[in-house]
Amino acid sequence: MFRLFHFFLLCSATLQAQIAVKADRLFTMTGDFKPMENAIVLCGADGRIEAVGLATEVTVPEGYRILEAAVVTPGFIDARGTVGLSGILNSPKHDQEQLDKSDPMQPELRAIDAYNGRDPLVKWLCDLGVTTVQTGHAPGSLISGQLMVVKTDVPSITSLEDTLNPVSGVAATLGSGALGNSPATRGKAMAMLRGELLKAREHAAKVAKAAEDEEKEAPVTSLRMQTLLDVLSGKTPLLINAQRHQDIAAALRLREEFGFKLVLDGAAESYLLLDEIKRAGVPVIVHPTMARPFGDLENMTFTLAAKLHEAGIPFAFQSGFESYVPKTRVVHFEAAFAVAYGLPQEEALAACTINAAKILGLEKRIGSLEQGKDADLALFDGDPLETTTHTIGVVIDGKVVSEKAK
Amino acid sequence: MRRKNLLLLALVPLLLLPLWLSPAQERSDKPRLVAYTNATIFPVSGPRIDQGTLLVQDDTILAVGPSGEVKVPAGAETIDLAGKTIIPGLVCTHSHIGGGSGGDSSSPIQPEVRLYDSVNVRDASIARARAGGITTVNIMSGSGHLLSGQTIYLKLRKGRTIDDLTIEMPDGSTAYGVKMANGTNSIRESGPFPGTRGKSAALVRQRFLDARAYREKLAKAEPDKPVERDLALETLVDILEGKRTVHHHTHRHDDILTVLRLKEEFGFKVVLHHVSEAWKVADEIAAAEVPCSLIFLDSPGGKLEARDFDWKNGAELEKRGVLTALHTDDPVNDSRWFLRNAAVGVRAGMSREKALEALTLAGAKMLDLDQSTGSLEKGKKADFVVLSGDPFSIYTRVLETHVEGRKVFDLADPDDRLFAEGGFGAGHQRQASGCCFYR
Repeated sequence: MFRLFHFFLLCSATLQAQIAVKADRLFTMTGDFKPMENAIVLCGADGRIEAVGLATEVTVPEGYRILEAAVVTPGFIDARGTVGLSGILNSPKHDQEQLDKSDPMQPELRAIDAYNGRDPLVKWLCDLGVTTVQTGHAPGSLISGQLMVVKTDVPSITSLEDTLNPVSGVAATLGSGALGNSPATRGKAMAMLRGELLKAREHAAKVAKAAEDEEKEAPVTSLRMQTLLDVLSGKTPLLINAQRHQDIAAALRLREEFGFKLVLDGAAESYLLLDEIKRAGVPVIVHPTMARPFGDLENMTFTLAAKLHEAGIPFAFQSGFESYVPKTRVVHFEAAFAVAYGLPQEEALAACTINAAKILGLEKRIGSLEQGKDADLALFDGDPLETTTHTIGVVIDGKVVSEKAK
Repeated sequence: MRRKNLLLLALVPLLLLPLWLSPAQERSDKPRLVAYTNATIFPVSGPRIDQGTLLVQDDTILAVGPSGEVKVPAGAETIDLAGKTIIPGLVCTHSHIGGGSGGDSSSPIQPEVRLYDSVNVRDASIARARAGGITTVNIMSGSGHLLSGQTIYLKLRKGRTIDDLTIEMPDGSTAYGVKMANGTNSIRESGPFPGTRGKSAALVRQRFLDARAYREKLAKAEPDKPVERDLALETLVDILEGKRTVHHHTHRHDDILTVLRLKEEFGFKVVLHHVSEAWKVADEIAAAEVPCSLIFLDSPGGKLEARDFDWKNGAELEKRGVLTALHTDDPVNDSRWFLRNAAVGVRAGMSREKALEALTLAGAKMLDLDQSTGSLEKGKKADFVVLSGDPFSIYTRVLETHVEGRKVFDLADPDDRLFAEGGFGAGHQRQASGCCFYR
């Protein structure tokens, strides 16, 4: 609603002209991911892409503001972070909303209630070319809460329409990150998780029975059960953070038993289980390539994305969660590092654009530059993956949201 | 005939056995004369050489220059590095590799504690640093104290004990500095630790005044009545006399100025570390002629005092001629992407020349080791790194790391590769198994 209002405001005041983006090299991230040379993207008044084509074929209508850049890509998608919840100051009770440890399982905690779109780190990502994030509750307890997908120019969640998906996933953790007083062991953790999912199944049966039989009383509305029912029905994916191979195997078993939509998060040792993951058809949101190699990540490898690519397993990159510094990572920096370790360059770009959109179920709206899709673009003065390249402009929904070289 | 060959092949491992059992230093890389030719060489002390030769005898650089000008002596082994790049071995001025720790929670000022007694040279993090091209490192204790102890400067030779890696200074002593900190990290809720910045500065100043008194006592002591040794004050006296450098963690502009005042009052040698708000007081830093060791993180914050951290710190200091180095603060930034850190500085306006210097010679200067390392010059130790391409490209890989003429990292070696890339077993806090030379 807010976005729509904003749009009308812009139109009526004609604060901003419509945009045409000219690129020496344009990565539309369609087809074989090869770039077009000397191309143009026209952004419509409705915030969608009007046209994409070679500069010789697309005419820029009069009155359009023209932006030029050496390289243009779709706005980058951070497939899993905690930005907006884990704020810049790292100050508990003030800007750290990513994890509540009062209960090991709290799927009912909504991301929309915890997100602060005005935290400077959201702007930080936006200025660097990240236009969409899946953000929300962090790994660190068995079920920590919900995730949502939002664009990085949204300052406040005034209605569900401010997000691309208000409940894009439920975040779970298997492995030492989820262990404490209870669960204190991996065996207990799985028993608790299975028990809770069984409870949700029974709850669903009771709801169904009550609907059939007027004499039967419907169970009391439970936020927790409602959320888990959406997981069991496949409406909401369960994003399981699992780094060790035994935890990844446990996640696959859990999916086998309950049949939910599983997304593996982190998956540091997934290179040991490539066949199993491929067979299960489960996508992976890999840990940041530059994550720290300690604890459950001690056997992580910079080559993980390359290995997943070779195995044909769908994957995307993430900024993840950092308890200290850098308080947020930058998704295309993580992708770039993976290229040095064997991932083809265009696959790295795809993993932060169209392939990430597919994992989030949003490929009809974002992730590539095609007519009718959201006009989210990132402009660069060189190879977008090179550290020394600057982001020189960012467009979200056809609006210029950043123009400084960064 | 065939059978005979097979038999010979079977004997090969037996023939190699004595070599396997010999210690690291006697590996195949015996003292020798080697010419690395046709490489793009960044000597740092001079301009880039597009097709250059680096001539190494034993542990020392014999010559460096264009391949057409450097004469390769007969009998020298020649290694063609066409298409590759050679840079000086990287110097990390601030790292926590080796799993060591300094002072405990008994006091905020513990100059007597040596990291020398605590670093584990077989830790996987040291192997990872070699894989990142780091040849010289200042390993520090933490910033949770006003003064957490003595640091240790190491050359990342392949060795069995810490003494194989330490550096001897011209006066015969082991090279190290002293770690100090101010701001948030060294402030604690209770105990002997300070609760405010004012108290932090007062505690430090008082301790240095104690050290001054101790120094006078030492000066006046009669030969037959020696002053009782005080390990803590001895270290502070070394600082007062400029024998040891203070490596001072500091973030906020006012904390930076506090360090500059301490330096002014007690006249010690100091390097500012992190310096998140350097851009706010760059003029003052330049006027004080104090060197800075910076780090570039992928986002600001993590605590209030680092909120205004800015990538432009490098460029702002460069504009004012401040001697600027970089550090990994490993595990804050992993040693394996130290080069990438400099590229972030370039992104925000540092010149490529100064960024490369910040990874090498500038750090060597801050550790007083620039006579022997930090650049590729005749007479310096042969500490260098072979890269697959441009030092600031994200796609470039470290292929080899050499310390004092010996190869300590080789990407082509599967054991080394495990540390370079990670994988199953890479995290174990030991050297990888599989071979035999240094256990």
